[in-house]
Amino acid sequence: MPKTSNRLLISLLALVVALVVAACGGGTQPATAPKVTEAPKPAPTMAPAASKPADAPKTTGGGSIGGPFQGEAKQLNGAGATFPAALYSKWFNEYNKVTGVQVNYQSIGSGGGIKGISDATVDFGASDAPMSDEQLKAAKGEVLHIPMALGAVVPTYNMAEVKDVLKFTPDTLAGIFLGDITKWNDAKLVADNPALANINKDIIVIHRSDGSGTTSIWVDYLSTVNQKWAGSVGRGTSVNWPVGLGGKGNEGVAGEVKNNPYSIGYVELIYAIQNKLPAGQVKNKAGKFVTPDLNSVTAAAAGISAKLPADLRFSMVNAEGEASYPIAGATWFLVYKEMPDKAKAVALTRLMWWNIHDAQKLSAELGYAPLPQAMVAKGEEKIKSITTSGQPAFPGK
Amino acid sequence: MSAELLGQSRGSSHQGDSLFERSILSLAFVPVGLLLLLVALLWYDAWPALARYGVRFFTTNTWDPVFENFGAAAFIYGTVITSLLGLVIATPLAIGAALFLAAYAPEWLQGPVAFTIELLAAIPSIIYGLWGFFVLAPLMRSTVEPFLKETLGAIPILGALFSGPTIGKDLLTAGLILAIMILPTITSISREVIRSVPDNQREGMLGLGATRFEMIRYAVLPYARPGLIGAAILGLARALGETMAVTMVIGNSSTRITPSLFTPGYTLASVIANQFTEADKEIYFSAIVALSLVLLLVSLVLNVMARVLVARTTRGPLGVRN
Repeated sequence: MPKTSNRLLISLLALVVALVVAACGGGTQPATAPKVTEAPKPAPTMAPAASKPADAPKTTGGGSIGGPFQGEAKQLNGAGATFPAALYSKWFNEYNKVTGVQVNYQSIGSGGGIKGISDATVDFGASDAPMSDEQLKAAKGEVLHIPMALGAVVPTYNMAEVKDVLKFTPDTLAGIFLGDITKWNDAKLVADNPALANINKDIIVIHRSDGSGTTSIWVDYLSTVNQKWAGSVGRGTSVNWPVGLGGKGNEGVAGEVKNNPYSIGYVELIYAIQNKLPAGQVKNKAGKFVTPDLNSVTAAAAGISAKLPADLRFSMVNAEGEASYPIAGATWFLVYKEMPDKAKAVALTRLMWWNIHDAQKLSAELGYAPLPQAMVAKGEEKIKSITTSGQPAFPGK
Repeated sequence: MSAELLGQSRGSSHQGDSLFERSILSLAFVPVGLLLLLVALLWYDAWPALARYGVRFFTTNTWDPVFENFGAAAFIYGTVITSLLGLVIATPLAIGAALFLAAYAPEWLQGPVAFTIELLAAIPSIIYGLWGFFVLAPLMRSTVEPFLKETLGAIPILGALFSGPTIGKDLLTAGLILAIMILPTITSISREVIRSVPDNQREGMLGLGATRFEMIRYAVLPYARPGLIGAAILGLARALGETMAVTMVIGNSSTRITPSLFTPGYTLASVIANQFTEADKEIYFSAIVALSLVLLLVSLVLNVMARVLVARTTRGPLGVRN
């Protein structure tokens, strides 16, 4: 009798395990699985000015990458930011088809990417936040920042009673995340959202518990628009949150928001779009409430293009322009300006050239805003300045 | 000839013996050596933070990577409270279940139930975490915590434990999920311990005319006590180091230490797992390594305390031993 019960139990359990595995497998499918790659056009959401570089790489000076190159390394290793990981894996897969070069990318986090390039344990690092002056000094040589893609961070919330999209100002966002605004019917919130007048509920604040480039962009914005935030909390990949609960990863924050009525958190734009999360509008520098989407992010990039710093360590938050979404940021490749290994230097410069030209048309499909023309041009300059044993490394095609 | 052979074989077996002894001796020191290496490495990386913050690292509860203020008090508090909470909830349940299985349950029921409990112990913690996140925490928020607040919350002093807003992601939920996770560990070891109580102990007690309960009370439990405490220690060890499941239900917030169990908290293991990857500054990284050193220390202290407890309790009368 015990024998049969055992067997029954085991088979029952096997069934449960199989179901769980199947469910997990289903859940981890990238949300981008339904392939839209066949559509040759860049997504229509792009601003006209920004859609050019992808289609016309030749007009920007140097050639395009059409195939393998004699004497280049066949393998490159990179590590860093998780935010562009989906994009990079798509890019590098395509690049492998074009040139046969294998690019291994480990999405271990921006901090890990910075550490990797500083110690020269990887060929390139990747980060959502530019390196600090101290970090640059600690590296084994001059490190270049080359922007690859743009993203944005959006406020998402759980508010069943109000059907209208909520509107936030720099003041209200900072107030909520500082713990100064604690109720949804706070006068400051009601001023822009009359529907909140009757919601006499505590605001539950959700933030990231892990260090992240998403947090970096979010607090960069709050620091830029709010004195009190800048003075007491500041900028970083993780900060000392005055209030709130922490969720791990975008999915953790989204899950907490979904689970907690009257909560508010922040997630990457891509994540919000893919999972159809409610995203609030944010008042930009020009005083307009802007819906976060690829359009308004590229508009923000265009807004700051005029005054890009020479080292390309720019911040995109609170950008100028009527249509600019204010909470946006870039993600960078980090590479050494002088690379002694010629084969690697050639392969890496070619990869980056392809990234900022041909690869840009793959960005929008995956929910990343493409680089505007001005940034591509600056990136080209940087790539051309890379040397191997003193000689320019980029072969020009 | 035969004597020679005998001598030879004895000689070589003697040699083999000492060789064997020496090799297992070195094996015995492998774990010791590993522990020392581990502590040395942690110490080396943690030193910059420990030197800079000193005692403040253990006594303050601000964790601010931006302005480089690191204090682990809130994390130590969260670790200790959730682990002890888990232990306090799980131990009586586990021993009760073990007693039933070992002493009351009919034979046909023992096998399947014990098998299920052992399987529970083998479930990866992330699965408990997901369940906690999607099922337990919402239930705590909507039903259990408001109930506790209304009933126990009104009692002076004790009520402080059950005050404040009920969010469901807090020390209590984390303690509860830990209790569920360590329950199978404690149950299955307790069951073995109780079963290993010699039959003549029970028979003797029953022979004296004791009831079943008296038999358990006076013959089984005293004999099994050290083993039961050992089982609880193993459960505690698992609770202390548990990371993923706790991270998903504890709220990951270190802003304050309050008496309320409804406060979102943070444990040492969760902080390390959450923040290690993006710790880009030297001192930040060092502070996180220091946290793992603290975690090691906390487990050591709690284990030593538990062992002292075992020593204390085993000194008393133990029933009749063979």
